[in-house]
Amino acid sequence: MFEQLGNFIAFQLLGLVSSSQLGAAVQFFIMDVSKIFIMLLIIIYIMGLLRALLTPEKVRAYVRGKPKWLARTLAILLGAVTPFCSCSSVPLFIGFVEAGIPLGVTFSFLIASPMINEVAVVILAGVLGWKLTALYVGAGLFVAYVGGIIMEQFKPEKWVEEYVWKIQMGEMAQIKEDTSLLGRHRHAWGEVKEIVGRIWKWVFIGIAVGAAFHGFVPESWVVANLGGDNWLATPLAVLMGVPLYSSATGVIPIAEAMIGKGVAIGTTLALMMSIAALSLPEMLILRKVIKWPALAIYASVLAVSFTLVGWAFNFIVA
Amino acid sequence: MKIVKVLGSGCANCENTAKLISEAAKAKGVEVKIEKVEDMAQIMAYGVMSTPGVVIDETVVHAGGIPDKAKIDSWL
Repeated sequence: MFEQLGNFIAFQLLGLVSSSQLGAAVQFFIMDVSKIFIMLLIIIYIMGLLRALLTPEKVRAYVRGKPKWLARTLAILLGAVTPFCSCSSVPLFIGFVEAGIPLGVTFSFLIASPMINEVAVVILAGVLGWKLTALYVGAGLFVAYVGGIIMEQFKPEKWVEEYVWKIQMGEMAQIKEDTSLLGRHRHAWGEVKEIVGRIWKWVFIGIAVGAAFHGFVPESWVVANLGGDNWLATPLAVLMGVPLYSSATGVIPIAEAMIGKGVAIGTTLALMMSIAALSLPEMLILRKVIKWPALAIYASVLAVSFTLVGWAFNFIVA
Repeated sequence: MKIVKVLGSGCANCENTAKLISEAAKAKGVEVKIEKVEDMAQIMAYGVMSTPGVVIDETVVHAGGIPDKAKIDSWL
């Protein structure tokens, strides 16, 4: 349906030639804008109706006081279903510390949360199919679990800013929820406005980049340079992702275009994870609570893990 | 008079929330005093981790995201 819409607007209304580079790019852009935004609206609205979106306060309450392996597993799984805005990573970090949740577990949460969320997962499945989605989610959970454990080995407590330890957190009174149908609708609509309002520009940019890649980058060049045989392409993809930031949803159209042109799957996944979870802006935000050495280790652990995961997938799939 | 505190470290959403509340109060003719709380220690003291949060007369009524108009009206 969306493909037909893309064809109709690009080739009939605008009169572009379907075999031209611009025609291919415009068709891709229209197809993905309609497809991804409609999916976004529907998924967030349904999640909102069910009140399925977790808040960091609830996650903290579930994770605190559990044995470490269980705490970590919960942190990652809950991180994956919490739509998390990097602007709240500071209060979240402090809240976890204050609850006595081990730092390694907090890092696991911080890795999992931006990389995986249920909205991105459903859209990823709709665009790239369940198999790749399962690979991406599995890789993300794995990196989050292991990444947190590795962070722990460095004893990062010594790099936490002094004031963080001193903050006393109050108990929040339970906020009354309006559970009538109208209340649920209002809540769901609020979630749609809030989340779409926050991520729409990333999604647009992602689609534009994907469309440009789809239309203008020759397939023969991609296969020769970014195929599974090129070992260097994977770490380069990870490095490219560091200065770039986008929400997990915004990365999907880029991945779609890359895979369509024959970029190796592991290389694509590495870029996706790097853009979503390893980014300069997020690091600068976290600097308010931890010192540079811890940030440097955090970034390195992630970069190395993404590269290894990318290589592993390229190896397995090839 | 109601004392309204908007919790948040100066993000755009927090500014918007404060603005919406003051507009709604004006429309209803309710007297309010809006304070912005930007200090992290104070925000956390209310048990709020997702900002913006809203506190009315020392009770947390909202956390995370911009509250909608119906919700704001119900507080006032």
